[in-house]
Amino acid sequence: MIGLNHYLVVSAILFTLGVLGIFANRKNLIVILMAIELILLAVNLNLVAFSAYLGDMVGQVFAMLVLTVAAGEAAIGLAILVIYFRGRGSIAVDDVNRMKG
Amino acid sequence: MIQTFAFYLFAAVAILSGAMTVTSRNPVHSVLWLILAFFNAAGLMLLVGAEFIAMLLIIVYVGAVAVLFLFVVMMLDIDFAQMRAGFVRYFWIGLALAVALVAELFIAVGAWQAGAIDMANRIAPIDPAVPNIEALGRLLFSRYIYAFEVAGLILLVAMVGAIVLTHRQRGGVRKQNISDQISRRSKDATRNVKPPVGQGVEL
Repeated sequence: MIGLNHYLVVSAILFTLGVLGIFANRKNLIVILMAIELILLAVNLNLVAFSAYLGDMVGQVFAMLVLTVAAGEAAIGLAILVIYFRGRGSIAVDDVNRMKG
Repeated sequence: MIQTFAFYLFAAVAILSGAMTVTSRNPVHSVLWLILAFFNAAGLMLLVGAEFIAMLLIIVYVGAVAVLFLFVVMMLDIDFAQMRAGFVRYFWIGLALAVALVAELFIAVGAWQAGAIDMANRIAPIDPAVPNIEALGRLLFSRYIYAFEVAGLILLVAMVGAIVLTHRQRGGVRKQNISDQISRRSKDATRNVKPPVGQGVEL
């Protein structure tokens, strides 16, 4: 049987890859949103792994709620991205500070 | 044995495709790598017995979120080459931060000393006789019913918000106005006139 630590290591690496994606793709908001999805995936993996190894179902309930929030966040984020692109013709993060309220 | 092999396979492919997601040149390829990462994470969850969450991950992420990403990537007319400018410069800073973060995570886990976990205080111990989906449903519709309702409300608000944000009123387009059509009465629309002979009517 695989130990809990193996799952935690995989989850930590996925989380870090998501953070790296946010830093590396400064010109591309779409990839930043994907990196956020990777981070939420790592969190879900952690919740499910703890739920399985503790023998408690509650972790899976919370994993489901995180999944719901991730789906809503992706929809809203992409909607904001679309109207932002419509107005400015670019999706670089550096331009966002010109939104001004 | 086969379980160990499956774990390392899923974990290696998940990490590899996660890395390709954030470093890929083309955003379409990024989405496809992201889908592969989700499939492998679902496999990892399947290995520990969380079947429902694994299937939900595939349905929600691959079926809905990844398709949404693909739509947006293909709909926007973006100059991909210009978007890569500055990637290398930011990549090394990001890599240094990422290495620091992962080192911190490992040190924190290694130094973790909170004592034993009180196994008697578990809220819903997993019963091997009850299927995973049934146990999850029982818990979700009894103890966590309010959290479940709030999740539904969040989805509703997200849907309304996305529609309101992207809805656009185009100018110069003649559209059917149903409420005007229905509220129109015949006495507003017709006139009874008696024109003098030879003068006709004014329209």
